[in-house]
Formats: sequence, structure tokens, C-alpha cells
Amino acid sequence: MRRTRRQNLITYLGLSVGLLLVVGPFLWAGLSSLKPEAEIRRDPPTFWPETFTLDNYSELLQRVHLGQAFANSVFVALVIVAGNLLFSSMVGYGFAKMRFRGRNAVFGLVLVQMAVPAIVLMIPQFVLIAKLGMVNTFLGIILPGLITPLGVFMMRQFIAELPDELIHAARVDGAGEFRIFFRIVLPLCKPAMATLGLITFLGSWNNFLWPAVVAQSEDVYTLPVALNILNSHEGTHYNLLIAGAMIVVAPILVLFVFLQRFFIQGIATSGLK
Amino acid sequence: MALLRRGGLGWVFMLPFVLMFVVFYLGPLLAGLGMSFTDMRSTDVADPLAVDPVGVENYIRLAGDEAMRKAALNTAIFVVTGLPLTIGLGLAAAVALNSGIARLPAAFFRLGYYLPHITSIIGVAVAWKFLLEPEAGLVNRLLGLAGLPGAAWLQDQATALPSIIVMTAWRSFGFDMVVFLAALQGIPRELYEAAEVDGAGRWKRFRSVTLPQLRPVILFCTVYSSTGFLQFLEEPLIMTGGGPLNSTLSASLAIFKQFGVGNYGYAGAAATVLFTVIIALAVLQLRIGRAR
Repeated sequence: MRRTRRQNLITYLGLSVGLLLVVGPFLWAGLSSLKPEAEIRRDPPTFWPETFTLDNYSELLQRVHLGQAFANSVFVALVIVAGNLLFSSMVGYGFAKMRFRGRNAVFGLVLVQMAVPAIVLMIPQFVLIAKLGMVNTFLGIILPGLITPLGVFMMRQFIAELPDELIHAARVDGAGEFRIFFRIVLPLCKPAMATLGLITFLGSWNNFLWPAVVAQSEDVYTLPVALNILNSHEGTHYNLLIAGAMIVVAPILVLFVFLQRFFIQGIATSGLK
Repeated sequence: MALLRRGGLGWVFMLPFVLMFVVFYLGPLLAGLGMSFTDMRSTDVADPLAVDPVGVENYIRLAGDEAMRKAALNTAIFVVTGLPLTIGLGLAAAVALNSGIARLPAAFFRLGYYLPHITSIIGVAVAWKFLLEPEAGLVNRLLGLAGLPGAAWLQDQATALPSIIVMTAWRSFGFDMVVFLAALQGIPRELYEAAEVDGAGRWKRFRSVTLPQLRPVILFCTVYSSTGFLQFLEEPLIMTGGGPLNSTLSASLAIFKQFGVGNYGYAGAAATVLFTVIIALAVLQLRIGRAR
């Protein structure tokens, strides 16, 4: 399509204003978290911090053990990622390359599970976890997330595209299904696993509802849970609150900027197929 | 014939999913439904089978509960206004990015717009609470610089819910944008060229080529987003706690609060109603979307 320079200029201008509105809140919160509390409250406001300080962060770490919560979040996310990578590709392989009675019915269940809202499952799942004695444990937080329907769906789509001949040849050579899965299929799944790993990490890192229900003491709080507690106890100490928000948000921003093509691929594969 | 015909081994590969589904999803789903017909409370967890059945009493109580009705109304307002706003912004951003601007800046803008979607809602809600703070908040200060009166955005019944809706649209539109962008790139150029030959202007081309071609993705975004929007919880929990005077209480937050005070049976009934509404709306949207 032919475009005039003026049209292009208007488009760029609109997009730039939009970008400012989108990124502005992050920038503002990030810069403010580096100001002393008095400067945050000063009128007229300063945009760039007059005095740079990390006091908000160090006070935060002393008061609410956010370091512990950070480590907990990393641990929970890594275990959930590992579980999803292994189990989703295993189940995905079954769906994509094996034929057995009931396969389509089970796949229907995967789709059903995707549609069930978290809030509906929350209470009965909590009662179950309580009966199993897993309240306030990492196991209780991790267990229900070890395999997700989205992961199964993604891996099935990916493995279905792998050439049948490859697997057939291995079967003719007498390789068992598990050997084929671990030696041939898994190594070929690396690109899909990178995307799935990233999406799962993100989901676990940001997940709030379930960890908030299961975790009841500081040694098992994940970051969002700790931030929620901080918010309800120190709701007006904005210097601490925004520093806390930055600790939750910053790692994801960094991951995203470096690995964005995997994110975008993730939407393309999970959202549209 | 590359697929394996033997039956048993396939089920071994299904095991992780089937086990998890039965124990953590199907079981709890049915238990939750059963629970909603009992007077179960948090104190009954030790012996869940000892609770008394109360029939549909929880559901009747639900219909007459002032807070629950308010929550249902707020959720409806949230979806009805937030959904078009989010999809509209996503579509506008996608069309602008696809209008022939250079690749590199387009990728840069796309990255920026998508950012809020992947960040923790708790973190974002805290940052926005700070932005909207009546005295130290940036929004009121910018308004003050422009000589306009500010507002106590989250403390005022009239502005609290709209503020949360705007924040949600801000956070969610990047997802729709990426989906729309992928779809826009799939529209054959010949359609636009033909329309241009016929003398169609920019707006006319958008209405008679772009929009009809995007129908399936718009439907997808509508169903996907409305399912998520119907469950909004973290935003009001962090920003307002559901107040002032329940003006930002959402259905999910109301259920969460009932769970918090130990009314499991009652919360289960409310959750069952919400689930039914979500499924019914999704089916309805798909029907209407496909019929036309």
C-alpha cells in the first residue's frame, strides 16, 4: 500500500504516545523505588531521583524476608518447569504418535481441564491438600501444577509435526517406546520445550491464588504472596511497596527482553492452533 | 502405518495426565459441587463426610445476598466495558504496527506493548495503586500541573471500578495485539489491492476487508478474554480490597473472602454459579460468532 510520509509520522507519533503510557507506570515505579521516602512524597514531584538510595530495598529485605520469598519463588518455578517439560512431552507423545482406544476421549479431558476456572477448584483442592497433610508445604504448592493442559496441548501439536518415518524406523529396529521417547523424540523437542519452559516459569512466577491459599508462613511464601501480605500490612508505605513490586516484576522484564522470540512463539502456538 | 496399535502402552504415556486429572481436577470439581449442597465450614476439614446436607439452601441464600449481587453486577460491568476496551486497543495497536512502518521499530513497539501482559498482576496492581494515590500519585500530580482537579481514584465509589477497568485494559491489550498481528499478516494483499482499485479509502478498506477477515480471531479474543475477565480477583484484592462499600467487589473476590472466613459450602455454591455462567457465556459467544 502506498503511504505518505505524513501518515507514517502520525502513526509513529500515536505509537510513541501509546508506548509512553504503557511503559510509564513501570518507569515511574522503578525510579521512585530508588528515592528516599521523603522525596517520593515531595510536591512538585521529581522525575529523576535527586538522591539515589537502595534503602527501600534493604529495609524491605529486613522487614519481610523478601529474599526468602524470592528463593522460594525460584525453587517452586524450577520444579514446576521440570515437571511440565517431562510430563507434558510424555503425554504429548502418547497423543501424537500412539494409537489406543480412548485416546480422543482423554484428549477431550485436556480441553475440559483448560476451561475450569481456578476459583472453582480452589476450595476442594485445598481440602484435599489439607487431608494429605500438605498445607504450608512446597509440595502442596507444586503438586497440582506439575502438568498443565496447556503444556500437553503444546507438546502434542509439536510432536505431531515430527516425521512418522523417524519413529517407525526406530520401531522396526526394535527400540521400545520409552527408548524412542527419550532418545529420539525428546532431543527433537528442544525448541518447543524452550517455549513451554518459559511460559511455565512465567505462570508459576506470577501465580498468586493457589500459593496464597497453601502457604501460611514466611518460610514457604512465594513472592506474590509475600507482596500481598506486605500490601495489607504496610498499605501506605509506598517506598517499600513499590520496591517489593519491582522485585517481583524486574526478573520477568529482563527475561522477556532477552528471550522475547520464545514468548511470541508461545502465543502463536498455544493461542491460535 | 507409523502409529503404534498396541493399546496398553499408550495408556502408560497418558498416566501423568490421567492421574493428575482424576486426583486434582475431576475429584475436586465433583467434591466442590457436592460441597455446595452442604453446610461445610473450615472446621469440618478434619472430617468432610460429617457435614450436613442442606439442599439448595446455599443457592437460595446466594440470590438474596446483597454483597454477592453487587459482586455479580460489578463483574458484569467489568466484562461489558473492559472487554471492548481491551480488544479495541489491541486491534488499534495491531493495525498501526501492520500499516507499513519499518520492521525494527514495529518489533520494538510490539515488545513494549506486550510487556504488561506478562508481569505479575500483584506487582502491577501495587504500581498502579501508587500511580493513583491521591497525594503522591503521578496521575493527580500531572493533572495538577495541567491545572485540573485530581480525584481519590481508588477511594471513591464512582471512580474505583473504572480505574481498575482501565488498568486491566492497559495490562491485557498486548495479548490481543499479538494475536491480531499474526492474523493481519495472513490477510492476502490482493484483497486490499482489489479494494483500492475499486476506489475504497483507508477506512472503507478497514471496514470491508480487515474486519471481516479478522472475525475468527476477534471471536477467539472475545471468548478467551471474557473467560479471564469473569474471574478477576487480584486487582481489587490489592488495590481496594473490594471497597469502598463493595464498589469493586468481584465475584471471584467475594468467593475468596467467603473461603477466607471459612464458609466452604456457601463459597462452593457461588463458585458453581460462576463456573456455569462462564461456560454458558463461552458457548453462547461461539454460537453467535459462528452463526453469522
